[in-house]
Amino acid sequence: MEKFDVIIAGAGLAGLAAAYTLAGNGLEVLVLERGDYPGAKNVTGGRLYVNPIRDLFQDLWDEAPLERFIVREGAVLMARNHSVSIGYAGNELRAEPHQSYSILRAKFDRWLAEQAEAKGAMLLTKVRVDEVIKEDEKIVGVLAGGDELRADVVIACDGVLSLVSEKAGLRTPGSPHDYAVGLKEVIALDPAVINDRFHLEGNEGAALLFIGEATRGLFGGGFLYTNKESISLGVVIGVQSLLEAGSAPDAPAMLDAFKQRPEIAPLIRGGTTLEYAAHVIPEGGYKALGPLYGNGMLVAGDAAGLALNIGFTVRGMEYALASGYYAAQAVLRASAARNFNSETLAIYKQFLEESFVLKDFKNFQETPAVLGNPRFINHYPELVGDLMGQIYRVPPGPKDRLYPTMRKVFTLTEMWSQLKDLRDVSKI
Amino acid sequence: MSDSTALKAKLGLDIFKPGGEPHIKIKPGMEKDPRLQQAINICPAGLYSTADKGGVVLNIDGCLECGTCRIACGTDVLEWSYPEGGTGVQFRFG
Ligand SMILES: Cc1cc2nc3c(=O)[nH]c(=O)nc-3n(C[C@H](O)[C@H](O)[C@H](O)COP(=O)(O)OP(=O)(O)OC[C@H]3O[C@@H](n4cnc5c(N)ncnc54)[C@H](O)[C@@H]3O)c2cc1C
Ligand code: SF4
Repeated sequence: MEKFDVIIAGAGLAGLAAAYTLAGNGLEVLVLERGDYPGAKNVTGGRLYVNPIRDLFQDLWDEAPLERFIVREGAVLMARNHSVSIGYAGNELRAEPHQSYSILRAKFDRWLAEQAEAKGAMLLTKVRVDEVIKEDEKIVGVLAGGDELRADVVIACDGVLSLVSEKAGLRTPGSPHDYAVGLKEVIALDPAVINDRFHLEGNEGAALLFIGEATRGLFGGGFLYTNKESISLGVVIGVQSLLEAGSAPDAPAMLDAFKQRPEIAPLIRGGTTLEYAAHVIPEGGYKALGPLYGNGMLVAGDAAGLALNIGFTVRGMEYALASGYYAAQAVLRASAARNFNSETLAIYKQFLEESFVLKDFKNFQETPAVLGNPRFINHYPELVGDLMGQIYRVPPGPKDRLYPTMRKVFTLTEMWSQLKDLRDVSKI
Repeated sequence: MSDSTALKAKLGLDIFKPGGEPHIKIKPGMEKDPRLQQAINICPAGLYSTADKGGVVLNIDGCLECGTCRIACGTDVLEWSYPEGGTGVQFRFG
């Protein structure tokens, strides 16, 4: 039977960040990953914001396989028969260090694993953690691929369902209210065509987000990120919202319909789909966070529910990387004290509270409830689209004055409802 | 409904490595549970369908291991685990 200082279940961002940090501090770390290689099972939309985590991994960014740095932002209110787009470009987005990048996980995770291995971490792929070993109410190791592997502490970085922390008795299966499902295609396109279509130069990138008809009015949205030689295109839909929608349309049909929208089709024309992926995302926010630690165990990344829906975007990657880092810091403390019980490991929560991670989660804790208001997805895009349609319309004969046109759309009842919505939004 | 031939073609772009036992199973006797009915529309790979004799069947080939059915239908009706290490979908881009 083998004994390690730390066993990490899952070579995603959280697990690899923990492994990199721990191995860098001289601990004996074993990372177990069920995929053929790190990233083989992992899906993201594709945008990593580097600023909050830059200093945690100082040596990584120069060489990291990042796709494009984002210099163009777009938000599209997609109504049934109209759409209204807002674009943003700023010189600060072009200046180094760049704030955010599109990434592809199969590339990125594999590279990050190499960096962790270079620091001395041991990585075993094609190995699934099947069970946790508990002795005297303390987790002392795992069963994986028929082997019993022991460690002072196990870090569950096994992603959104975290069957590992469930088996350890730390959490129970999640409820549809707290999760969304993302469906995504990676579509190959010539880099020159990408640059022309999205008004980019060299390695600049664009990020577009869509709400409304992208998800047929269901809670969620659509996204498009440019990679070096491809486009990541997809939709994210609240699971509860999908359940309530009943039969039609089904989830795969929603992505197909999104691709055929006139706002999307010309952007991907001539492209070849390379891959189709889907993955659940935790997005219940602060109130839905799972347990972060137990006797002999820490939980990081999606496994702990550390992804945040802040309206147009889902962010989980920075939280995964940062929580992996802070889990490692907690283990370093525990190992100095030679005590791995939950009282000692509780410092992990304190580290997260002092960092941007739980500060963000607290600041945005009302977001899931506020955004749950269906008017944001199925009413406002229609309303704004309708207004713009009327403003741009030149009919045969005289055109109405603008103010009465606006008043037709913004009735008193409408404005009253908007005030109420605004009051909710003020909580975000 | 999505076009099932087109969906199959799309799944055909992905790399799947064969494994042993199906990693997700409908619990015996639960085939007609209404919670399972919901999986038909929700599964991104369209793997759940209605059987001729009523009830829901699952064909695990093409499973993206996304977890949606576990969250949506629950573990009362599904026996759910990830496939064995080194089998199942292997994303090249993610
Ligand atoms: C469609 C979509 C769009 C998204 N868009 C964005 C975005 O633009 N920006 C952003 O920041 N976030 C985004 N997210 C969220 C982000 O991708 C996740 O929060 C992030 O991937 C979480 O990383 P992780 O390391 O915690 O988990 P994962 O990346 O899921 O890694 C978990 C790892 O554990 C392994 N594993 C699981 N169980 C076992 C086991 N029993 N034994 C061994 N190994 C196991 C898995 O194979 C995997 O490698 C998006 C998510 C999706 C699905
Ligand atoms: S895990 Fe996802 S792809 Fe697999 S059967 Fe369940 S819903 Fe379908």
